Amino acid sequence: MDKIVIVGASAAGISAADALRQRGFTGRITLLGSESHLPYDRPPLSKQLLSGQWEPERLRLRSAEQLTELDLNLRLGATATGLDPHRREIVLAEGEPVDYDGLIIATGAAPRRLPGGDLAGVHYLRTLDDALALRSRMRPESRMVVIGAGFIGAEAAAVARDIGLSVTMVDPAAAPMLRAFGKSVAELLAALHVDRGVDLRCGTGASSLISERGAVTGVVLDTGERIPADVVVVGIGAIPNTGWLAGSGLLSDGRLDCDEYCAVASGVYAAGDVASWFNPLFGTRMRVEHRTSAAEHARAAATNLLAAPADRRPFASVPYFWTDQYDLKVQAWGHFDESCDLAVRHGDLSERKFVAVYGRDGRVVGAIGAGMPKQLREARSLIVEKAEFPG
Amino acid sequence: MKITWNEERCCGSGQCVLAAPDLFDQREEDGLAVLLHPYPEAEQHASAREAALVCPGRAISIEGSP
Repeated sequence: MDKIVIVGASAAGISAADALRQRGFTGRITLLGSESHLPYDRPPLSKQLLSGQWEPERLRLRSAEQLTELDLNLRLGATATGLDPHRREIVLAEGEPVDYDGLIIATGAAPRRLPGGDLAGVHYLRTLDDALALRSRMRPESRMVVIGAGFIGAEAAAVARDIGLSVTMVDPAAAPMLRAFGKSVAELLAALHVDRGVDLRCGTGASSLISERGAVTGVVLDTGERIPADVVVVGIGAIPNTGWLAGSGLLSDGRLDCDEYCAVASGVYAAGDVASWFNPLFGTRMRVEHRTSAAEHARAAATNLLAAPADRRPFASVPYFWTDQYDLKVQAWGHFDESCDLAVRHGDLSERKFVAVYGRDGRVVGAIGAGMPKQLREARSLIVEKAEFPG
Repeated sequence: MKITWNEERCCGSGQCVLAAPDLFDQREEDGLAVLLHPYPEAEQHASAREAALVCPGRAISIEGSP
């Protein structure tokens, strides 16, 4: 194998490049990034970057020196629009196709768009440019409506309140991040946002936007209520960037599904938000949109791409993620959702200092905590060991 | 090889302790990392690199090779 192409130059893409070099690959690595920025980290976009605490330079995933050491053919502003797995070629929006011997797909995901959302003042939060555009609109006297109380929405609402904006957060679910964390933790977050002055409207969606001369002026809720807004943040989920693979024969119903080795086809691997894989640790297929998983996933994919078939290892991973809202940091391990039961192991949810475990079918499948990081890390082993729940 | 750890960037995930338990620990009170050995032995180099790679805050950097 002489030429490896990595499509996507964010956390997964750059981690794949790193891992290829660490595993001794000395051939040509082409890293294609559709954005014009050097590889940068996304989690701070809705946290330190949005609050103005950090400037874009701090988000760089690798220094100039580290990038030089990796000896990459780094092509920024290069958007892949097609893939021909038989000719082993990537088609680009501009310029000649790029051929490969080995391929790693790490094109991530894009925000789900709100119909009729192409208005000034309506913001999504996925890229550095998105975050800088939103930041420039977040003046203390502004009125913000956040549509969707997931990771992006809840974090943006917290930053906005810290800056002093008046914030209304709307979500059809009964509490923020309910689908991800379940009722108990979601209620804790609801109380936190209300304490900090967010006008929280749960159990209702946004039905339309009101605008004047192409700029948003308000949001109409499903209840018919109209909420005035200067700035609207839309955080209603993300869609994997698989569109460019249509016609490649690699997609199943539009999805990019990998096996337990992160392989899609011979010589083609995928990592990060874009692809699901079969995680043997949980005995199920999953697609994870978290920063740490992207890096681990990419490393596994890169290692398996270089390995002889008999030496490949399944990617058995316990996903890790966190969210920062105000001064509360919630960290979690595992694979769980609102259908799981929760059992508190340390501390107290009402004090916002706790460790709790999620259970499914009598086994621990997740752990979540705030303010007790060491106990939380120790709880991770319960997931690996498939400990009995509630224990 | 020299490991450096940046407190300001550390988010207390404990990923480094999992990747390199001989090289890192976690503070009881806030969960931030404790770098136990800035100059790892040759056989610890791989786990040191892994710790740097998995750190979600990019708080760990490795200087020098191999």
